[in-house]
Amino acid sequence: MLGIMADSFTSILIPGLTATVPLAVISFSIALVIATATALVQYARIPVLTQIARFYIWIVRGTPLLVQLYVVFYGLPDLGIMLDPFPAAIIVFSLNTGAYSAETIRGAIESVPVGQLEAGYCVGLTYGQVMRRIVLPQALRTAFPPLSNELIALVKDTSLAANITVLEMFMATQRVVSRTWESMPLYLEVAAIYLLFSTVLTWLQHVGERYLASRGMERG
Amino acid sequence: MAESIGCATSGVVAQASPAAPEVLALKGVRKAFDGTEVLHGIDLTVRAGEVVAILGPSGSGKTTLLRCANLLERADGGELCLDGEVFDLVHMKARDITAIRRKTAFVFQGYNLFRNRTVLGNVTEGLTVARKMPPDEAERRARICLEQVGMADRCDAYPAQLSGGQQQRVAIARAMATDPEIVYFDEPTSALDPELTSEVLAAMRKLAEQGMTMLVVTHEMSFARNVADRIVFMEGGAIVAEGPAREFFECPANDRVRAFLQTVDGDA
Repeated sequence: MLGIMADSFTSILIPGLTATVPLAVISFSIALVIATATALVQYARIPVLTQIARFYIWIVRGTPLLVQLYVVFYGLPDLGIMLDPFPAAIIVFSLNTGAYSAETIRGAIESVPVGQLEAGYCVGLTYGQVMRRIVLPQALRTAFPPLSNELIALVKDTSLAANITVLEMFMATQRVVSRTWESMPLYLEVAAIYLLFSTVLTWLQHVGERYLASRGMERG
Repeated sequence: MAESIGCATSGVVAQASPAAPEVLALKGVRKAFDGTEVLHGIDLTVRAGEVVAILGPSGSGKTTLLRCANLLERADGGELCLDGEVFDLVHMKARDITAIRRKTAFVFQGYNLFRNRTVLGNVTEGLTVARKMPPDEAERRARICLEQVGMADRCDAYPAQLSGGQQQRVAIARAMATDPEIVYFDEPTSALDPELTSEVLAAMRKLAEQGMTMLVVTHEMSFARNVADRIVFMEGGAIVAEGPAREFFECPANDRVRAFLQTVDGDA
């Protein structure tokens, strides 16, 4: 059993590093931009855009991620939109994580006392300056743990991209299994590698939280 | 006010001369919340170098008036004249609002120091970002202001590491640093216990002695009596009495003032 795990280690880990990790990192980066924009639109109650933001969150949170992958990759070609597997996966993961993170960030912004905004105004800052320099950095502190959760969830969810033919870590494992018929050791092995990735992220989360705390943003 | 002629009006602190130019004039300020009017057309002027204390029972509209003056609340009617420029409080544009806020400063009841900035950063923020002052010059200026409120040794601390009194003193330094035409104080000591209150009042007194124009909503009768040049007494959303500080306390203008002073007697 250990032999088969050792033999297959690189053929599983390498797609992990070349597909799973980039898929998660790129999607999460885009998701943060979408989420921040969506949250700000709602916080500032910009007409029309707020309704669009709510609609987007409603649709994306209310439908399964796997179904979203199928709609984009297998469904859109019916409308003449053909996407390669990897970009299709990036689009779906970004939009999906973006919708969840938008709510996280909106909640975090709303948790910053309104006095911070008012104090910013009173020293002469504009709305944009107060948000960027005072409110958002404080919201980040509150949003950091739940956003870390969402990143960890995303890393594991990238395994769903196997369904739309993205050769990521899970599909790589399935291929080895179909060749060797050693299901148990190989699926445990890939599970262990996902766990390793998550563990690294958990550690990074702690480092990040310590950094933010040193910048005066400890809770309370 | 003929009835108060006999009263001496010399304050402890040097008073603004009556000829000093008007820094702030509020005219006919009205404000309603959910259909209930809380300010019924307030007229108020503050001259350069003057310290004006707004007194009155809770719910009389003092804080709302101050917030309307700095557009933290949008008034339903009225004009603001600041430093010679007249603005319509109701239809004031964002650019004008930012411009008048850059000429004023505001000290909050709850301090509202930026939690993600050090003491020094709190004071320099308005200088470097809002007024584009070079960082080294801003820092020099900030240190001078912090020195004056006795907080120069805590420049690198974050607000969460300070007591309420210390935070409020930093807030006063933040207000001074921008060299405002007028500083608004909204019950600056109401959240503090008596010991911490005195250190904040001392910082305010110092500011007054330097000739800063101040409009102070307060419940501190001793501060109003000893530091303010003039008292404005509000009740039920209107100014019901107004006059030099000494006169206000020693020869109350009417029964409502007298009743109010009796309830706060222990303070004075």
